[in-house]
Amino acid sequence: MIEIGDVSKTFTTRDGSTVTALSGIDLEIPDNQFISLVGPSGCGKSTLLRLVAGLVPADAGRIAIDGTAVREPRREVGIVFQNATLLPWASIVENVLFPLKIMHAMRPDSRDRAHDLLRLVGLGGFEDREPRELSGGMQQRAAICRALIHDPAILLMDEPFGALDALTREEMSLELLRIWTEQPKTILFVTHAITEAVLLSDRVVVMSPRPGRIDEIIDVPLPRPRSFDMEGLHEFQDCAQRIRSLIFGRSGRRLAGAA
Amino acid sequence: MPPEAAAPARRLSRLGQEVLLPTAVIVGLGLVWEASVHLFDIPVYLLPAPSVIWTDSVAIAGTIWGHTLATLYTVLVGFVVSIVISLPLAVALTSSRAVANAIYPILVLTQSIPKVALAPILVVLLGANELPRIVVTFLVAFFPLVIAIATGLMAVPSELIELGRSYKASVWQELHRIRLPYAIPFIFSGLKVAVALSVVGAVVGEFVNADQGLGYLIVSATAFFQVPVAFGALIILSVMGIVLFQAVVVIERVLFPWSAESGQNTIA
Ligand SMILES: Nc1ncnc2c1ncn2[C@@H]1O[C@H](COP(=O)(O)OP(=O)(O)O)[C@@H](O)[C@H]1O
Ligand SMILES: [Mg+2]
Repeated sequence: MIEIGDVSKTFTTRDGSTVTALSGIDLEIPDNQFISLVGPSGCGKSTLLRLVAGLVPADAGRIAIDGTAVREPRREVGIVFQNATLLPWASIVENVLFPLKIMHAMRPDSRDRAHDLLRLVGLGGFEDREPRELSGGMQQRAAICRALIHDPAILLMDEPFGALDALTREEMSLELLRIWTEQPKTILFVTHAITEAVLLSDRVVVMSPRPGRIDEIIDVPLPRPRSFDMEGLHEFQDCAQRIRSLIFGRSGRRLAGAA
Repeated sequence: MPPEAAAPARRLSRLGQEVLLPTAVIVGLGLVWEASVHLFDIPVYLLPAPSVIWTDSVAIAGTIWGHTLATLYTVLVGFVVSIVISLPLAVALTSSRAVANAIYPILVLTQSIPKVALAPILVVLLGANELPRIVVTFLVAFFPLVIAIATGLMAVPSELIELGRSYKASVWQELHRIRLPYAIPFIFSGLKVAVALSVVGAVVGEFVNADQGLGYLIVSATAFFQVPVAFGALIILSVMGIVLFQAVVVIERVLFPWSAESGQNTIA
């Protein structure tokens, strides 16, 4: 269970001005839920993820995982960034094992586990390749394996498929769902793609910028397992339409106001 | 991946491009030089012909070999000292703004002092021995290396740093598992510059104070109008620079192939 209670975060920029990245965020995420964060850039999605990861402290409010306040990074969390950010000098399997090496948590069967994970995402046989020999999609899969290697209960993903082409993106979404079904965990997933958010999530959190806050939390009433065929269903369309109107309706008004 | 059969052919044409072509150009220039000297009757104390340089140098090959080893020794020790000092210096420079502000002006100061002017003072300070030559070599070579390493350490994408922090990497782990490996292509660009500059530094040191070395040989040979020998020493110095530079390139390709192909070093 992740609890985010009335959290605010303000950054001071280099020139001394302040940016309120998040203001009054309230969100409770039960175990093993899949939650997406959508919203225009600059609305604080990455910041919220960093707060939950314990990488930056909140100015006000409370963030707790399973009842303990988050003050620093925690072992039960794995992170996937927009870019694969693999270490270019290490083989794929070494990249996947990286968190265990840092945490001094290598066990005799860790290497086998890394191989299993890589096989799970279709990278069997690429264990000893170097990142530059893999396509962007393959690199991102390896990065997902790296985030899963220590079997975290919580997976934070910051636009993980943002750098991929549309086809690879759909494929990766389904793969992520399959992993999530096989190894249930709480996933907090930032995306720009509305259909992706609806397809994947139990709930979609729509955010708005300046200051970053939650506009609305939308429950996705679609059954699981999900597939892209569901895009035609009216429940899917309703969710997508609602999110779209929250995001674009608002910015449309602002554009009109600015003109 | 190219088809297996094409690989040897490609290697051959690469060999042609990288070795045969420059060799042919150098041989060609040598021939033009030789011909010009004979054609225009250029006196030997102005510009000796390559053949004269060759015969005069070979005549004292043993002596020249001794001088070459002496210079090589200074170059290598100076180069190694540069590496040993530059690495922790770059780490310190990039560790905090305060340290950077404290050290950086001193580094720049060492660079603004003309090394040729400093060398005689160093001889007085350190004695007429090996030491001032090595110090001059170091002073000439280390600065670009420090800058290259520091640039590499700072170039690490913030996401990689966050990745380390999200698994609670210690400062040391962050340095040796993320920052230093990431900086390797930068370090090698710096090493290539530094090794070339080490040769320059060693010769400057030898000009000022030495009884041995190719720099000393050039000074003493020109003093006695043995211009072909001075030219011979000059050529050996260039060859030494090229060989050392290529040695760094080869070491990088063997030890860090991903670095050599990273595009950071498009020159080598
Ligand atoms: N380290 C930082 N220093 C200063 N401002 C920041 C920093 N991180 C984020 N911000 C600001 O906070 C706001 C939210 O940023 P971010 O969380 O990255 O948004 P998103 O991920 O939704 O695009 C932006 O205005 C951004 O400029
Ligand atoms: Mg972001």
